Amino acid sequence: MSSVRVLVGTRKGAFVLSSDGKRKDWTVSGPFFAGWEIYHVKGSPADPNRIYVSQTSGWFGQLIQRSDDGGKTWHQPGLPNEAIPPPGPPSALPNRFEYDSSPETGKPLMTHQWYDGTQHPWEFKRVWHVEPSLTDPDTVYAGVEDAALFRSTDGGENWHELAGLRGHGTGPMWQPGAGGMGLHTIILDPSNPNRIYIAISAAGAFRTDDGGATWKPINKGLRSQFIPDPNAEIGHCVHHVAIHRLRPDVLFMQKHWDVMRSDNAGDHWHEVSGNLPTDFGFAIDVHAHEPETIYVVPIKSDSEHFPLDGKLRVYRSRTGGNEWEPLAKGLPERDCYVNVLRDAMAVDSLDKCGVYFGTTGGQVYATADAGDIWTPIVRDLPAVLSVEVQTFD
Amino acid sequence: MSSAGNVRAVTVQVALPYHLRNLAHVEGDVLLEVRAPVTLRAVLDALEARYPMLRGTIRDYATGQRRAFLRFFASETDWSHESPDAELPEAVAAGREPLLILGAIAGG
Repeated sequence: MSSVRVLVGTRKGAFVLSSDGKRKDWTVSGPFFAGWEIYHVKGSPADPNRIYVSQTSGWFGQLIQRSDDGGKTWHQPGLPNEAIPPPGPPSALPNRFEYDSSPETGKPLMTHQWYDGTQHPWEFKRVWHVEPSLTDPDTVYAGVEDAALFRSTDGGENWHELAGLRGHGTGPMWQPGAGGMGLHTIILDPSNPNRIYIAISAAGAFRTDDGGATWKPINKGLRSQFIPDPNAEIGHCVHHVAIHRLRPDVLFMQKHWDVMRSDNAGDHWHEVSGNLPTDFGFAIDVHAHEPETIYVVPIKSDSEHFPLDGKLRVYRSRTGGNEWEPLAKGLPERDCYVNVLRDAMAVDSLDKCGVYFGTTGGQVYATADAGDIWTPIVRDLPAVLSVEVQTFD
Repeated sequence: MSSAGNVRAVTVQVALPYHLRNLAHVEGDVLLEVRAPVTLRAVLDALEARYPMLRGTIRDYATGQRRAFLRFFASETDWSHESPDAELPEAVAAGREPLLILGAIAGG
């Protein structure tokens, strides 16, 4: 029998929501890592029992957690919970993210632009996003703040920076926004193991075609009011990017204003906001079986991060953008002032595609019919930071 | 107290904040064998060697410095700004009182 497992990261722990294919009755497990900010939880497509977690705290810093049994138990990779470690230097350092500025990278980079225009040292703060490999459960990528991309090939026990990203040339001009300079989006091209897309607030989107050794900005066609130069190579505040596995060259972007589309792997973008009531927002995703069906959650503005008129609505386009319809059935139609963060929307791959999103008010909503009707799975979690889904056919 | 070669080792108590006790899977204070001289650095090194899941949670990985929202107390004195290589008060070094590691109360 088919089932789904929804992995929810919140400000005060992680939760696992499970249901069968009907997606009507749900089991809620958690909180795991209670009291910690869980920026992201994501399962490996290569092994559904393997799940990676970014666990972080202003007091105690960054931890990586891993489950090998589908979320029942957790441990820091390489550090069994109960064992007394052997003597000698540690072999596993799952929480160490050390920027690689060695000459061997070819382009050592030490600083980026700061709010006052000066150059500021790169400082690790947290992991925003974990992206397991599509084919190997032990390979996983991490997008971090201050923006950089790391990879582990031993199940999260050790991490190494793909330094070509920071060092490709525009790095010194990257500048944090008020939310920090985080690498929040990592997309692994299912058709090309050497191609990866990433996005950074507020540097923009970048692509590698050689497995991460070299990178280029892919921001042509993006327009941002705060950037006078219409041809600016970097500096755009990209909120999130999504693709469909059958059309990996077609990208959809929710930007800080504007919903954008590229049909050539990011080489050029054009706006598809169309008839959206507002095109500010964070989350964006694509129907599991319809590459031209996309979902966004419009938010009033960059000054007021809540839905228009207090009505929480998802908007769906079945034409790849421009023509959007509101989806409201089952969602609050008044007095709703929550936000939906960039990693807080996901889809399952059951025949009738399910779509899920979590709010900063602690609700997780689900639809089992691609958006026509929504119901809350849970209402009172801590503020939701991320939502991912695993599908079991 | 035990000895290895000519270096004394003592049993030191460390009181951890709630979340670090959970991470380390311990209840109450932890007991550590620490070779003299018993300094803050020596105690933290011993703590992290015995409980590697705590690495990076008390001292920043990159700098080795105390994390900003943690404090160290020994014999009712704030040791947060002392040199990590200064010897801890005798009562703590002898294991009669714990080294306290506290998280900032406000925030969250």
